[in-house]
Amino acid sequence: MAKPRAKLILIGHRLVQAVPTLIGIIIVTFLLTRALPGDPAVYFAGPTADAATIAQVRHQFGFDRSLPVQFWVYCKQLSTGDLGQSLSTGQSVAQELLARLPASLELTLTALLAAIGIAVPLGILAATRPDSWVDHLCRFVVTAGVSLPTFFTGLALIYVFYYQLGWSPAPMGRLDIQFISPPGITGFYVIDSLLAGDFETFRAAVGQLILPAATLALFTLAPIARMTRAAMLQTLAGEFVRTARAAGLSRGRVLMSYAFANALMPVVTTLGMVFSFMLGANVLVEKVFAWPGIGSFAIDALVASDYASVQGFVLTMAVLFVLLNLLVDIVYTLIDPRVGLAA
Amino acid sequence: MDRRSFLLGASVLPFLRALPAQAAGGDTVVIAIADTINSLDIQRAGTNRPAYQVSINAYDRLLSFGTKDLGNGVIVSDYQTLKGELAETWQVAEDGLSVVFKLKPDATFQDGAPVTADDVKWSYDRAVSIGGFATGQFGAGRLEKTEQFEVVDEKTIRIHFLRRSKLTLPDLATPIAIIYNAKLVKQHVSAADPWGAEFVHRNGCGSGAYKIERWDPGQQLVYVRNDSWKSGPLPKIRRVIIREVPSQATRRALIERSDIQLSFDITGRDADELAKTKKAKVVSAPIANTEIVLCPNLIFEPFRDKKVRQAVAFAIPYAQIFEQAAYKLGVPMWGAKSATPTTTAWPQPFPYDTDYDRAKSLLGQTAYKDGFEVPLSIDLSTADWSEPTALLVQEGLAKLGIKTTINRVPGANWRTLALAQKKLPLIIDAFGGWLDTPDYYFYWTYLKDKLFNASSWDSPELAGLVEKTLDMEQSNPEYAPSIKRMFEIAFDEVPRIPLWQPALDSAMVPALQGYQTWFHRVPDARPLAIA
Amino acid sequence: MSSTVLPARGRPMLRHVKHVLRSNRMTTLAFGLFVMFVVLALVGPSLVPYDPLASSSAQSLQPPSGAHWFGTDNVGRDVFSRVVVATRLDMLISVSAVALSFVLGSAIGSLAGYYGGWLDRISGRLIDTIMAFPLFVLAMGIVAALGNTVINVVYATAIINLPFYARLARTEVMVRRNAGFVLAARLSGNRGLRILATQIFPNTLPPMMVQISLNLGWAILNAAGLSFIGLGVRPPTAEWGIMVAEGANYIVSGEWWLAIFPGVALMLAVFTFNLLGDGMRDLVDPQRRT
Repeated sequence: MAKPRAKLILIGHRLVQAVPTLIGIIIVTFLLTRALPGDPAVYFAGPTADAATIAQVRHQFGFDRSLPVQFWVYCKQLSTGDLGQSLSTGQSVAQELLARLPASLELTLTALLAAIGIAVPLGILAATRPDSWVDHLCRFVVTAGVSLPTFFTGLALIYVFYYQLGWSPAPMGRLDIQFISPPGITGFYVIDSLLAGDFETFRAAVGQLILPAATLALFTLAPIARMTRAAMLQTLAGEFVRTARAAGLSRGRVLMSYAFANALMPVVTTLGMVFSFMLGANVLVEKVFAWPGIGSFAIDALVASDYASVQGFVLTMAVLFVLLNLLVDIVYTLIDPRVGLAA
Repeated sequence: MDRRSFLLGASVLPFLRALPAQAAGGDTVVIAIADTINSLDIQRAGTNRPAYQVSINAYDRLLSFGTKDLGNGVIVSDYQTLKGELAETWQVAEDGLSVVFKLKPDATFQDGAPVTADDVKWSYDRAVSIGGFATGQFGAGRLEKTEQFEVVDEKTIRIHFLRRSKLTLPDLATPIAIIYNAKLVKQHVSAADPWGAEFVHRNGCGSGAYKIERWDPGQQLVYVRNDSWKSGPLPKIRRVIIREVPSQATRRALIERSDIQLSFDITGRDADELAKTKKAKVVSAPIANTEIVLCPNLIFEPFRDKKVRQAVAFAIPYAQIFEQAAYKLGVPMWGAKSATPTTTAWPQPFPYDTDYDRAKSLLGQTAYKDGFEVPLSIDLSTADWSEPTALLVQEGLAKLGIKTTINRVPGANWRTLALAQKKLPLIIDAFGGWLDTPDYYFYWTYLKDKLFNASSWDSPELAGLVEKTLDMEQSNPEYAPSIKRMFEIAFDEVPRIPLWQPALDSAMVPALQGYQTWFHRVPDARPLAIA
Repeated sequence: MSSTVLPARGRPMLRHVKHVLRSNRMTTLAFGLFVMFVVLALVGPSLVPYDPLASSSAQSLQPPSGAHWFGTDNVGRDVFSRVVVATRLDMLISVSAVALSFVLGSAIGSLAGYYGGWLDRISGRLIDTIMAFPLFVLAMGIVAALGNTVINVVYATAIINLPFYARLARTEVMVRRNAGFVLAARLSGNRGLRILATQIFPNTLPPMMVQISLNLGWAILNAAGLSFIGLGVRPPTAEWGIMVAEGANYIVSGEWWLAIFPGVALMLAVFTFNLLGDGMRDLVDPQRRT
């Protein structure tokens, strides 16, 4: 058994390791957005501007300064939490991201829960009957899900369930027009409407969530199912399971309390990777469903060469991701008794 | 500032968490648009065109244009008729160098404060001082200095003209000449922000027909009727929701299922198909003073020869383009019978038609009779009509031996490359002038170094004529001949080859009445009604 | 980490392959599809009935018929020809991207794993920085910055896949660094780099192969996603993703063939690579099957 102190040191190490990564992220983000085509000065100068006005606007906004100077200004602004102004929406980037992040998180987390709810049982099922037709069917289904581009699945679902059947509400965002968003406590409409006791808004919010979450979930079934199956197979083949069976414990008990509990760890690690997968895929889903999250914000910003927004978005996503991985690492370190011994 | 602070009128609805189910039955109208409204202040630097609708629906001007019926119920704005919005009466002085406006006595801002001449002066001072689009547009109407605006008394204001110009009064009716609630905005100014730009960016400060109930940037804008509006007939619709739906397919699905009442500014193809299948009512009206043109840029050597440009003008399959790119919505701009214009109507067809033999013979008289290669550039953000147009132009020019490759420029770069730097040798572009006179159009597109002159064209004679006619009254006996001479030069030299005058198409539920098409190309909610 | 041992060369290998194929019908199916795609990519463009770029506005939006098996698109191009020609482009993009990231990534990873020290630390930081970005977001950023051409899509895809190979190579090399046969090679006088290249690296190939196959499918999806948001290849290039993106607008008005056919082709290709990856895993190490 590793001492708690060794674990704390390990966690500390991991935190420190994250710092140069963050610095790297800031530099890469800055360089990327400076390389974007399009001239924000022309945009700001307005429709009636001529070359002189454009040059003046460029100077006014500091676009004509050298790259290192601009980087320095950028870092200074970052330290005060100022991510700049968005050209396309006219709001401060920090505000935009803060307003939109809950939307993306609500979608991603719902999809993740749905994916886990389907993929984990599938994986367990496949693991208990390896090489049977059930196993092959599971593999077929999940592989098919991950082979379709998310935008295609999303459009197909809209076409079938909204346009043809009319079962799903109009894919116009998080809430139907009739409803006003619930008072923002967590920013998650589903939770907030429940907290406010407003069941109609709750139902409406859930209704809007179904199709986009389904699209995203379909895409992430595969890695979760696969990892669950692999981990289960390994633990099921392990000695302690054989012992448990020999001792006469019921099949279900063996499966859930022993095999699955031990298979959990690699599955949890995969979730980190899956979440990153989703953060990328939800950019496309948000565009299709007009979901006002940071993904659709980023696409609009990229296409409009709205450099401040792109910077803010990439930075936010990367930081989120680093924090998440850090969290997974730390949780892993804490729950795994073996870690910390050989470190 | 969080979402809650945008709920300006929320205190008015304490117990209403959802709108009544029959919301769309006459009380509320939902309008879907493609792009994001990025500011509530049209005069702010960087405000995009979709945001101009706020200045129409939530603000007033002194003057407004009237409307005319084009036939079969299509109502458009009428440049020739000016009517008072906040102005009760106005009187131009004998010498024509000033005008006195008397404001409507009971006009108030949305917060209850009366509209006074001080507000008008402050608003106009702001426009000429704040720079950018506002100052540029006011300058086009010869309004340049704050000294020109003189408060006579509480409800009377005099505007001095720098010189007599027919453009001045109409300029006051354009979307940008709005009247702000100066008392309100002045509470939010600072040394760094003397015109309250930050405050007005997020808050409605006007006297318009609709108050801004809430603004969720990137999602929707909700208007609620201002019941004490005095500048026109009170709107019939109490609440208007502008919903931003980026996906064209989704907007189409929404209007087909009548989940929205109006899909504003749809593509030609959608307009054509929806009208044919009768799934929605489609209204199509030509946009005033606007043309879609093919611009040969004179930075490219072969295009410096007039005969080459004329040859190109004869080698374009106009009718096919009008049918396949424009779905026959709009007005054809080719096939005039005479090279001498007979009217001053604008836009008008040019004396070119699809005549490959004539084109070949013209090209044969130049140094490029075997043709040449040139990239043809289009703006990707208008690809739904510019791409089929480009393909057909490519086919036509190929018959002359002119090989074109289509260069699709992303929307973000288009203005910089095509207009600011004028680097592209051959482009397909569209331009519309807010003030509906030919001299105004020519001013922006045919004069040297002007942003919209994508051909890098320069003609001293043309420039002189534009200069002469820009301010001149249209009733002046010298006006018509000068304009016709301008047209003649444009016909002959053809640095801009008009293809067609585009239409603005919208799809709506049959029950929606009162829809109008204005030159500013944003939705005006004020005349709408549900039958 | 379990150690993998390559099956002995020669007939037993072939027998093993046959055994895997026979017992796993999915893999056989995938292999068959894979062969079909390769053939299409190689000879398809020369056999298509129409020029994929030939537009004819008069023929636009025709439904599938005898003359146009998959119908025509909005500017009159034959969808079937475009789908077939797109096979070559999409295969090319994914193969080049994956090859590039495989070569670079495994080189970096192997060197880092073998020599350790500052080389390991610096490359580790570099890899971590790349991995810190959600992959699609980074690809979006790179293509937006460099400009959307095919070659930039390849570079972007290669960069974001680099970490997988680097990490995998590093781990596998580190595990084998002190293995018996390596020590033996060192004793017989071979120098470090030579050992790395000839002894260690070939043994790391099997797990890499699996990764490569999965990546190939993912690279195609990546390129398609980029095209969908306007950052991939530019029109009028025939590429599955951009065809689906352009066709999406026509689904609601009933012209389903513009998006469905390229979409199905896309799905089949990715599906094939994914199954193939699974099959390779069976081939290489049945115990590590997932």
